[in-house]
Amino acid sequence: MKSSYLQKLNSRSSFFWVSAIILFLTLCMILLSEAYGLNLVSTSFTKVLGKTLCLCIVALAMDLVWGYCGILSLGHFAFFGLGGYMIGMWLMFERTKNIVIDSTKNNVLPLTETEINEAVGTQIFGVVGGAEIPSIWLFADSLLIHILLVFLVPGVLAYVFGWLAFRSRVTGVYLSILTQAMTLALSLYLFQNDSGLRGNNGLSGLQNIPNLESFSQAELSIWFLVASGLALITTYYVSNLIVKSKLGNIITGIRDNETRIRFLGYKVESYKLFIFVLTAVISGVAGALYYPQAGIINPAELAPIASIYLAVWVAIGGRGYLYGAVIGAAFVSLASSFFTGGQIPNFNFGIFTLNWVDWWVVILGLTFVLTTLYAPKGIGGLIEKIFRDKEL
Amino acid sequence: MKFFFRIIPKLLIILFFSNSALSSESEFEKVLTDNFKLITKSSSKTVEPVIEKLLNSNFSKVEEFLKFWKSKKLIFTKKTKVIATLKQKNELGYELIQFSNNKNLGYFKKKEFKSIKPNSGVRSKISNALIGFQLQSKDANTRSKSLETLARNFNPKYLKPLKNTIEKETDSKIKKRMSELLVFGTIKYSTSVKDKIASLNTLRGNLSIEARGVIASLLRSKVYVGDVKPNLPNLARIIVPEETIKNMDGSSSKPIFNFNRKPEISKQDAIELLIKAKFLKDFISPSRRDEILEQNIIKGKIEGVPVGKLITDEERIKTYNLLVKSNKALPLKTTEEINEIIKKHFFYAVYEEKSGEVINIAKKIFNNTNYKVNFYKYLDLILDGLSLASIYFLGAIGLAITFGVMRVINMAHGEFIMMGAYTGYVVQLFIPNHTVSLIIAFPLAFFVTFFAGVTLERLVIRHLYKNPLDTLLATFGVSIALQQIAKNIFGTQARPLTSPEWLDGALVVNDVLSISLIRIAIFALGIIFLILLLIVMNKTRLGLETKAVTQNPMMASSMGINPDRINMLTFGFGSGIAGIAGVAIGLFSKVTSELGSDYIVQSFMTVVVGGVGNIWGTLAGATMIGMLQKLIEWFNPSNTLAAQTYMIIFIILFIQFRPKGIIALKGRAAED
Repeated sequence: MKSSYLQKLNSRSSFFWVSAIILFLTLCMILLSEAYGLNLVSTSFTKVLGKTLCLCIVALAMDLVWGYCGILSLGHFAFFGLGGYMIGMWLMFERTKNIVIDSTKNNVLPLTETEINEAVGTQIFGVVGGAEIPSIWLFADSLLIHILLVFLVPGVLAYVFGWLAFRSRVTGVYLSILTQAMTLALSLYLFQNDSGLRGNNGLSGLQNIPNLESFSQAELSIWFLVASGLALITTYYVSNLIVKSKLGNIITGIRDNETRIRFLGYKVESYKLFIFVLTAVISGVAGALYYPQAGIINPAELAPIASIYLAVWVAIGGRGYLYGAVIGAAFVSLASSFFTGGQIPNFNFGIFTLNWVDWWVVILGLTFVLTTLYAPKGIGGLIEKIFRDKEL
Repeated sequence: MKFFFRIIPKLLIILFFSNSALSSESEFEKVLTDNFKLITKSSSKTVEPVIEKLLNSNFSKVEEFLKFWKSKKLIFTKKTKVIATLKQKNELGYELIQFSNNKNLGYFKKKEFKSIKPNSGVRSKISNALIGFQLQSKDANTRSKSLETLARNFNPKYLKPLKNTIEKETDSKIKKRMSELLVFGTIKYSTSVKDKIASLNTLRGNLSIEARGVIASLLRSKVYVGDVKPNLPNLARIIVPEETIKNMDGSSSKPIFNFNRKPEISKQDAIELLIKAKFLKDFISPSRRDEILEQNIIKGKIEGVPVGKLITDEERIKTYNLLVKSNKALPLKTTEEINEIIKKHFFYAVYEEKSGEVINIAKKIFNNTNYKVNFYKYLDLILDGLSLASIYFLGAIGLAITFGVMRVINMAHGEFIMMGAYTGYVVQLFIPNHTVSLIIAFPLAFFVTFFAGVTLERLVIRHLYKNPLDTLLATFGVSIALQQIAKNIFGTQARPLTSPEWLDGALVVNDVLSISLIRIAIFALGIIFLILLLIVMNKTRLGLETKAVTQNPMMASSMGINPDRINMLTFGFGSGIAGIAGVAIGLFSKVTSELGSDYIVQSFMTVVVGGVGNIWGTLAGATMIGMLQKLIEWFNPSNTLAAQTYMIIFIILFIQFRPKGIIALKGRAAED
């Protein structure tokens, strides 16, 4: 009953929502382009918008895997980070290489490949006391391979992990803890200096796109905003397709009663694995779009707490509603950066001054508790209620 | 008659001594006049032979002379060139006394003499020379102090005075130290092989760092290259470039598998050695090659090849060979040629010690000691693993109740640990005595976290018993909020929770193995908790009721148990234990708001790996995780992060094979 109603709503409103997003984006675009001429909107604001769209994409992935398939994964932000690392490697390598070639322009002999690599190696890995380029950077000079890796690395990791976990029928909270452990392991691994990814320094300078130095950051940020918007729309369409299809029925079935679906003859593990890998890949792509806008990535971004926040966004937005996830991610992440940005004046209660920077996280945490307790469907549920009231 | 026999030697000694005193005084005076310039205008480079001569004069006032010299109290007259001291100063002028024979030299004007001012280098040389005298000082404190100065910069010259003073030494402690130093000194500096071997043999089984250092210094070696096979008694090893590795005792071996070990000499090193020893002449390195290429650029071209083309090594070699053809450069050596030259020559290392016999014994003792040291290191590893296991056990034990027995996923458990640690910190702010504050902190932390747990259970968890995933989410929210609140109250910097002084020391087994008392205390606390928990869960009413409620709440309530109350109390109990664990954990790690989140994942892993619902399982899980992590760390000691990573991967794999943990519940209780 519940799931059928949900679907009806989704199928009917999906067109509306997607169009709304497109409209919103187009409006934004026009506004922004116009604004550039008039200098109304700052580059950093464009970047915040672009980054928020990327976070919406990963929230969509989280909603698919958690809201629809019932797997509370605490590792999707790790996949997001991995995607960022994959594209970041190419960005950093190519840029450093260009700088090296540029600075040795006046050398009498042109540099050989090995000399360039040595110079790039000392430039990039000097901070972690290395000079050689680790073997995982083998393809760092090829954008094509690294774009492939953005898909492949999170996908393969999710496949291996998912295969192991679903095969032994780890479910529910155990699976959550296991995914959290995986995230912790990954971030700890990246934190060490000889991981080959610059340890806790992370990769930096990613906002400078190699070979596109002639474009200003303002222009680049608009292009990234457009790309992020398109990626979000695509993801929304794909997710909606999946949710509406028979596959969607099966995965919601798995969420509601796994054993029954298994007895009906479906290979539950394969379905779960498919969704898990697909969402991991989506997260990776979102990360690859996010970090060139953020400019820097380090292992702290992959820490388990980030994945927990992702779950918080989706829960507040409303799990099981695709638009809920988008709204939740956009709303909470924007509100977080707004409140912790220090722009809001402190609130004086007389005996106690509410400092938003300090207390925002507390409020967020408690809101989350309250949402879980009293509004498990989140903002999405609220919207659904309004729609239903209108229809009646 | 007897009396005479006794007295005659004494008389003889007196005679001899007075006689020698007379002769030594003149000798001393002679040394002074001979080396007058070196003494008055001394430099650390030239002063040593003078001091030597002074010491050899055996004059009774040598020590006094050196002391005066060092403290800048010596004076010399400009005209007569006599070394003297100042007696007094009055209206007549300065009254001087000749140093060697106390002859009064009369009054002098200030211009007629000058004081001797040795620089710091000279002064340290003098104080080195004084050590011999200080060793014979009557004050035991001076003796042991001078002994330590001697130990720090041992000098072959000290061997004799040290040997002489040992027999006279009365303090057994100082005597022992003296003979120790004598042994080390003999091994290092003695020229007699016999003495060396005898001293070496006394070091058998000695694990002290000093003794090991002395033996290791005997086995120090230097690398050489030659064109004939070396045949030396003190040959350490033959080195094959890119192949052999250096063993700790100075020998070499071919590793069966290269795990993190580089060969002692790389090809590059070999080439450098060969060039240095002039076995490889006219070698043109890549950088030299490029230099020559650059010198030969004519209008952007080298021998007709445009410079822009030289972007690979092959192209550069080709162009260089063109230069060689037109006789503008020396030919390059091909890789084969260089390999041939390396193969033809012998790389070897030679011990600094000359005698083969000494080396053999030193090697034997070194290997034997090393064996023992390794044994204690393994033992230390096991103890390390045990203490890490007890830390994990402490972190996980509260969870063993709330998660293991009640099946409530409390992600804020880590924050309860943190609350306990902060409680300990706050108590210490009020009670400065660390022992008393600790005694108060333990129960207080229990109560604080007990009530926090009960509140959480009443407000949140109670509503979500049927939906564990939602419990997980809600407690996440609580965890985030609690962490931030702690940050707001206590700040982001780490707060100290100081352990009492009596826990600061260590149980020293020998020079290799020592166990810090805090580690023992944590271990003991872990065992106490285990026993306490077993009693509570198996013997008390609360424990039995908890089991009843978790296994079948309906049946339990029909038997007159109030499940609500039991759930509340059990959750509070588990949380309270987390608080106590927090105090213990805070004692050895800094108290920060992130203290709990550092432990939460590992703690859940511990419970899951050990087997849910079983306290013995938690113990087994903690032991396994702690031991394994230390073992992985041991393979790569510089990298604890990697060890944690591999540990977690191992756990994920382990759960594949034993999804129910090490100790799986059987029967009705096992059903989820």
